[in-house]
Amino acid sequence: MFKNMSYKNQRKIIIIAFSLIPVILLFTFAYLPVINMFKYSFTNWNGYSPEYKWVGLKNYRTIFTDPKYFTVFKVSLYYFVATFVQMGLALYFATILSFKVRAGNFFKGIIFFPSLLNGVAIGFIFLFFFKPDGTLDTVLQYIGLGSLTQGWLLNPNLINISLAGASLWRYMGFNFIIFLGAISSVGKDVYEASDIDGANKWHQFCHIILPSIKRILQLNLILGISGAISAFDIPYIMTGGSNGSNTFVIQTIDVAFKYNKLGLASAMAVVLLFIVIVVTVIQRLLVKEGE
Amino acid sequence: MKSRKMLLAIMSSLLVIAMVGCSTSNGGNKVSTDPGTATTTGGKDLKGDITVLTQKTDIVDTVFKDYAAKFNEKYPNIKVSFQALSDYEGQIKVRMNSNDYGDVLLLPTSIPLADTPQFFEPLGDFDEMKKQYNGLEERTVDGKVYGIATTINFNGIVYNKQVFEDAGIKEAPRTPEQFLTALKMVKDKGNAIPLYTNYAAGWPLTQWEADLTTVAGNVDYVNVTQPTSDDIFVKGQPHYELYKILFDAAQQGLIEKDPLTTDWESSKADLANGKIATMVLGSWALGQIQSMTTTPDNIGYMPFPTNAEKVIMPLADDYTIGISAKSSNKEAARAWVDWFINDSTYPVTEGGGMSPVVGAELPAALKQFEGTDIEFQFQTAAKAGQEGLVDKIDKDSEIGLWQPDFKKRIIEAAIGNKKETYDDIMNDLNEAWNKSRAAVASE
Repeated sequence: MFKNMSYKNQRKIIIIAFSLIPVILLFTFAYLPVINMFKYSFTNWNGYSPEYKWVGLKNYRTIFTDPKYFTVFKVSLYYFVATFVQMGLALYFATILSFKVRAGNFFKGIIFFPSLLNGVAIGFIFLFFFKPDGTLDTVLQYIGLGSLTQGWLLNPNLINISLAGASLWRYMGFNFIIFLGAISSVGKDVYEASDIDGANKWHQFCHIILPSIKRILQLNLILGISGAISAFDIPYIMTGGSNGSNTFVIQTIDVAFKYNKLGLASAMAVVLLFIVIVVTVIQRLLVKEGE
Repeated sequence: MKSRKMLLAIMSSLLVIAMVGCSTSNGGNKVSTDPGTATTTGGKDLKGDITVLTQKTDIVDTVFKDYAAKFNEKYPNIKVSFQALSDYEGQIKVRMNSNDYGDVLLLPTSIPLADTPQFFEPLGDFDEMKKQYNGLEERTVDGKVYGIATTINFNGIVYNKQVFEDAGIKEAPRTPEQFLTALKMVKDKGNAIPLYTNYAAGWPLTQWEADLTTVAGNVDYVNVTQPTSDDIFVKGQPHYELYKILFDAAQQGLIEKDPLTTDWESSKADLANGKIATMVLGSWALGQIQSMTTTPDNIGYMPFPTNAEKVIMPLADDYTIGISAKSSNKEAARAWVDWFINDSTYPVTEGGGMSPVVGAELPAALKQFEGTDIEFQFQTAAKAGQEGLVDKIDKDSEIGLWQPDFKKRIIEAAIGNKKETYDDIMNDLNEAWNKSRAAVASE
């Protein structure tokens, strides 16, 4: 049957047959829930009842009029700052390890390792790390900085820095591996040519590496910043959002499952989605202007 | 060309299989059709497969299997299978959106009373059943009962008697002042943490709310007085007095050193071994803690401190057990429910509380209070038309009476992490309560 079809038609059938299953999966598990989320955001659904009422824009009005829903974005600033530190460190290590270094692969492994760990495990590791007389305090005492030990999570001025530090550790490896991949795609001949021209490593970094990984750098920044806005797993597992470490996503979960306001929580999720889109667009525009 | 044809054939057959897989529904319950088993004796008439959902992941493959075996001696034709959900409350709510949430299950506490009949089968008339069981009020809608308590908890404070004795405390404190003094004496002795809050785990803080009746000194307060009152968080009101104890203890350094890194599992062992003096927990915790020490007699239970005239130790249902409205083997499911409450030992052993059956004897931990002025009472149920009202106001206002959030806030303020006073927090809650009470009333 297929033998008699034209090549064009055969190709069409093959393409459809191959993409059907992934598209169905994508639609059922990604787009359908999002569409439903938009729908629920206009209702007062409680999350389990078969009935709900349409309440129009009431949920959105609640979010934008009650300051308690937006003040938590202050916490995101800590993760925002940490994102830049994270990028800087990842870029630094990626650059160094892209040159010939003794035991280079070993260090690459060590830096990438946290990305392979489960977020819950990392949360518990860092709970022990920050405990009074835990790992961090012990190390500080050992190197004679015992006077610096304190309640790393207890101190409300430190807690977000501690948590942002933990999430930096968790996510840096991922940025690092992407940078490393991008850097290693630069041809050896370019370095050789610059060596002949008398460039040192710093010149090479500024004029060869940076320009050739610019796109990847932007991508990582976008991922990092949207990650900072929607910071969730580390603070949720370690503190549950208490002691001033609450983030917008934790709050959304609380509203949905502690207070059975799934409609309001959906509206919060929609708002977050738009904030991330807006921030990404702004970032794109700023970068474009610089070009 | 031939290989391409083969490929297409495989592809399309795969697709067909995938689609068939989607549309097959296997909802039908298989009823045994063996003709030889039908006899006339009562228990043997009932047959069918039932699925029992439970939150007890730790004993589902051991104790529950034994229960099923004993159950089958009486009802040989009912096949019981179990499913344990590790996050019961969270998972069951999602499953209840479908038609498949087992035949016998625990009624999730987060489902409001008024919504119960949508999901569950009535078990009988309240007036009839109350002669047989205690604590039915919790899940009674329009005179019909939808759930029976799997066990009945009493609420108060678990404490280590040895630690109290070593610190020179002669008798269990009765008032908040005496309680705080006792905690201070424990602290001065220096061997134990006077009051462990379990701040990090969060949920143990919700146990405080169960003692509201003791502080109020009145069984009507929680469900009758509260939903019709404004200003329930002002000075002199039970909520204010209840959490003032938490605030004062935290402020005076009578709680753990770093609340943010507490650990629930080790706290039980620490209380059992005298490193912690007191924890505010329901009676269900008593058995767990006693099992961790060689001297279980050292672990005592006392009522929550109160200034009220009489000391009431409130009794409250643990999870209630009921039958799914979507079950296709309701009679078999009913047989399991009756057997589980009356004939299994669950309510007093694994449940760790009192049996809901009327006339059942007091558990050992409470025998010491027989003959004292301490009373054991259920809270009065809400008046008709006001069922679930407290919960509704609570959810709308996002106060979270049964959530750890504001308790954590109180501790944070008390240890100086937040620049707000106890009265600031109470005022906030009070405002939220008054506003939502008006909003819910106008609905």
